[in-house]
Amino acid sequence: MNSGPIIEIHGLRKIYRVGKVDVPALRGVDLSVPAGEFLAIVGPSGSGKSTLFHIIGGLTPPTSGTVRVAGNELTGMTDAGRTNLRKRTVAFVFQKFNLLPNLTARDNIAVARYLAGMDSKPGPEFEEILRLLGIANRLDHKPSALSGGEQQRVAIARAVVSHPAILLADEPTGNLDTENSKAVLEILRDLNERLGQTILMITHNPEAAAYGHRKLHMRDGKIVEGV
Amino acid sequence: MTAKIVLENLKHKPMRSLLSILLVGVPVTLILCLVGLSHGMLEDTQRRTRAVGADIIFRPQGSSLLSTGGAMPEGIVKALEKRPHVAMAVGVLNALVGGVDLWAAGLDLDAFTRFSGGFKVQDGTVFQQPDDVMIDQYYASEKNVHVGGYVTFLNKRWRVCGIFQGGVLSHIVFPLGVLQDVTEHAGQVTQIYLKLDNPSNTRDVIGSLKSDPAWGEYKVYSTEEFTALFSINNIPGLKEFVWVIVSIGVVIGFAVVCLSMYMAVLQRTREIGILKSLGASNAFILRIVLAEALIMGVGGTALGIVMSFGAWWLIRTLLPASIPMVIVPEWWLIALAITLFGAGLGALYPGLAAARHDPIEALAYE
Repeated sequence: MNSGPIIEIHGLRKIYRVGKVDVPALRGVDLSVPAGEFLAIVGPSGSGKSTLFHIIGGLTPPTSGTVRVAGNELTGMTDAGRTNLRKRTVAFVFQKFNLLPNLTARDNIAVARYLAGMDSKPGPEFEEILRLLGIANRLDHKPSALSGGEQQRVAIARAVVSHPAILLADEPTGNLDTENSKAVLEILRDLNERLGQTILMITHNPEAAAYGHRKLHMRDGKIVEGV
Repeated sequence: MTAKIVLENLKHKPMRSLLSILLVGVPVTLILCLVGLSHGMLEDTQRRTRAVGADIIFRPQGSSLLSTGGAMPEGIVKALEKRPHVAMAVGVLNALVGGVDLWAAGLDLDAFTRFSGGFKVQDGTVFQQPDDVMIDQYYASEKNVHVGGYVTFLNKRWRVCGIFQGGVLSHIVFPLGVLQDVTEHAGQVTQIYLKLDNPSNTRDVIGSLKSDPAWGEYKVYSTEEFTALFSINNIPGLKEFVWVIVSIGVVIGFAVVCLSMYMAVLQRTREIGILKSLGASNAFILRIVLAEALIMGVGGTALGIVMSFGAWWLIRTLLPASIPMVIVPEWWLIALAITLFGAGLGALYPGLAAARHDPIEALAYE
């Protein structure tokens, strides 16, 4: 694990406006994540885990506080700035895989590279990752022809193909059976150990959380344990 | 990669894509058919006028391109024949006998044959009886009538005595006296064709007729001048009508693409969220929607061109005399530009709506 913090958050608040009512999702989060850490975040539904991910991943701006991700200050960052952050700095793995249904696995991965502004042909190290993921022979299939486990592996390949500084995995095993869950978690750990990939993972599953170097517990929009 | 995403999106819902392309193609066909009809009618008239072989065309003062403007005394033919350099003159009475552009010609067949070489009779004979009419093969084919059969014009049944090779003067020909009687134009003609001793004298003869007070009230043209008048710009209202149809084409293209892309954007909300989570900019999302619409526009134009050939074949088969439609390739690019304009406009709102999607809401869309 590298020592410098890649994520530094102080006093982060996020308030959503629902109709005429302000709904606080995060109520003052402080967090520091060193580069190369595999961090598990647990907590009940509505505790603010996903909102925290959305802010770190640049999908939504913070309401207040400071959020520094890989040297980028997200508070006050423009929409275009957050789009650039998503191109190369952060990548997502979702519970529902979120592959583009009209494209093959290969093209799903190629889209991510294209949007990151990289040439379309990945290097040999990516071939190694594909072998690690066990999907090298499934790349010409569309998502509808892949099992849940295969789809999630393609989603992981798509996430790491542009060498992001941070991988945000939002319940990556939530839609998988035990066997595939274990395989996906081991892949994430492998990526972390072999490539030094910083990974933040939301999970409800204590066994999945045990794969992380550290575990944070969130409740009511705050980190209550493990800071 | 943009092209791949767009093509896969089009292939993913083939029926939606094909229906949209078909609906974009319909106004293209409409535009091309209208232009083809306008050009066809004008070119057909020009061709048949030139085939008469006259150097000068002499018409009544009130005449216009679309109307004879009354009639002139038949005696003028003889008087004109006595003018210097005029070798021959022949008078023709034109009468509208059907539709908006189906004219019959009444003429002295012997004089006309001497003047222009006459009609090449393919089947039957020239006039034998007072109720005889000669028709060209286009009109015969359109009405499925043969020599000895009957056609009705001007509230009277006529026996088809001969079918001639079309392309000269008119589709339907009567003896001059017969048409004069039946249209109550006894002793009158509506157009006089002059052949000169030498075509190089055309300017001089026209000049002398125009400067002569006795003939100054008539309209005199060289055949080149007269046929050159048959353009869309010279037919009152035709240009405006074409532009009305073009505008309707733009509106239909706009509406079809707008509806189709709006539905597509709704259906693909989650995919838009996925692309945004991968770092797709608003401009990239807008580009995808616009590119898909423009491909529909190009496909619709291509289909519209193919369908215009279908319409051309159908019209040529069913109505070869009444509606002389032609294919006008110069308008293919114009039709493409019109369609792309409508399609681009139609895709703008759905495209901007897609680009403005909040990525979190889009990812949560089921």
